[in-house]
Amino acid sequence: MRNLFGHSAFRNPSVLIGGSILLLLLAVSILAPLLTQYDPQAIAPRFRLKFPSDEFLMGTDMLGRDVWTRVVHGGRVSLLVSAVVAIIAISIGLAIGLTAGYIRWLDGPVMRTMDGLMAIPGILLAIALVSLSGASLLTVIIAIVIPEIPRVARLVRGVVLSIREEPYVEAAVGLGTPTVKILIKHILPNTIAPLIVQGTYICASAILVESILSFLGAGLPPEIPTWGNIIAEGRAVFQRAPWIILFPGGFLAVTILAVNILGDGLRDTLDPRMKKRLGA
Amino acid sequence: MAAIPVMGVVAIFVFLLLRLSPGDPAAILAGDTATIETIAAIRADLGLDRPIPEQFITWFGQLVQGDLGRSVLSKQPVTTLIAQRVEPTLSLALCTLIFAIVVAVPMGILAAWKQGSWLDRGIMALSVAGFSVPVFVLGYVLIFVFSMKLDLLPVQGFASLSEGLPAFAARITLPTIGLSFIYIALFARITRAAMLDVLGEDYIRTAHAKGLKDHVVLVKHALRNAAIPIVSVIGIGFALLIGGVVITETVFNIPGIGRLVVDAVLARDYPIIQGVILLFSGIYVLINLAIDIAYVLLDPRIRY
Repeated sequence: MRNLFGHSAFRNPSVLIGGSILLLLLAVSILAPLLTQYDPQAIAPRFRLKFPSDEFLMGTDMLGRDVWTRVVHGGRVSLLVSAVVAIIAISIGLAIGLTAGYIRWLDGPVMRTMDGLMAIPGILLAIALVSLSGASLLTVIIAIVIPEIPRVARLVRGVVLSIREEPYVEAAVGLGTPTVKILIKHILPNTIAPLIVQGTYICASAILVESILSFLGAGLPPEIPTWGNIIAEGRAVFQRAPWIILFPGGFLAVTILAVNILGDGLRDTLDPRMKKRLGA
Repeated sequence: MAAIPVMGVVAIFVFLLLRLSPGDPAAILAGDTATIETIAAIRADLGLDRPIPEQFITWFGQLVQGDLGRSVLSKQPVTTLIAQRVEPTLSLALCTLIFAIVVAVPMGILAAWKQGSWLDRGIMALSVAGFSVPVFVLGYVLIFVFSMKLDLLPVQGFASLSEGLPAFAARITLPTIGLSFIYIALFARITRAAMLDVLGEDYIRTAHAKGLKDHVVLVKHALRNAAIPIVSVIGIGFALLIGGVVITETVFNIPGIGRLVVDAVLARDYPIIQGVILLFSGIYVLINLAIDIAYVLLDPRIRY
């Protein structure tokens, strides 16, 4: 537990670089109204498809809306969705993984269900969920969470299976400690480090999937600017106004890159076993 | 073999997806413009008023016979609609797979061989970037650079192989490069890791010691033993590839299965979405089954 809050993670260059970029993006998103002088939804036909300039930092789209304003407001959605998705996916996956790993007769059925869920391509599953229930923030979050759950459950189950064989767990069982107490006091702490790492990767994946859903027209309603739907709206005029796609696309790529770098750094410092396995 | 129960779970899940979703399944299947009569007809036709287990048996029976239902809009069987779109999707997927393997495996071998060098660092940095740049962003950057600025390749579209190799190649090149980026990242990383594992073995040192050339040791001794993790990643990567195909076809206006499903989402044509999900999940399971078999061929020590 000590190395979680100790210095090693905070001295890792990947953690520092990824973390700083992410904090900067977070600050820009939170301060969005202060950093922009336009309304992200204000339509101004007079200024449509303007090339990036001092007045419009990243140009304007086909309705004359300022792309910079929309991009920083879009960042709020991406970061919010990714954090919420990671928290929910980890909570549910943790509960499922602990149960499957510790209660043996549930293991088979639960893990086969997880295998089945993993066999369905995540993006298609998310698309289907959104198209069935209509586009809203909640549906999009649920649609991104469901395909992530099996990965967390598998990871937690693996940890449980290796820890339950440890002598100190056997000793606790022998002393008649209740199952719930063993799970919480002895097994849960061992899942924290891998879950922090996994949670970071889920954030990256959630940002990506949210943008893909928006891009394909199966994401948040168009009143809410997201990087994905800004790009989707720019498709029709890409050859005349490539900046509408290239700027939010750049933000999207840099954000995901920062989260992935942070995740790699955390993995190297918190979870040395994974490092060895991936050889990274 | 685990493939059959997994496919069963997929089928149950896809079945329940529609039945448990908020709203009336018959209304969803009928589409947005349906009249009350149409909805009632669909409900009776599919037996949506009967108990869920009975519905499942009927639905599953049709599924096993290859009946994926009919499109809401065009009324054509979903299987026909998918069959019409197979060629572009298959071309894109195969080109991507081949291109990614040809580029990534040598990259991974080089990185492992020169571990710790600037070359290794460069390849690994490229691999992190490959995981991070979304395929549609990359697609537009490629169009921007190669089609708009350099004017080398057509912007969008698809040409069948029957229209001649030059036309086919001109249109498939950019989508292939865009889609294979993440695959290259994944493959290069796994190849490097697998090679590093093997290169530490004693027999590699022996091979070097008896004076074999580096490339012989790398390819004949090391790569063969590193093949298993590399092959198994093709299975994991296939899920990425499917998601990527759907998006790439949208970016490059390729009339494949991905476009079919995206158009179906926009038109809320659920039977098509369901059919494509079942098809892709089935392929995913089959590919992973094929990989299990490939293990046995690659490594005689593995027995099932």
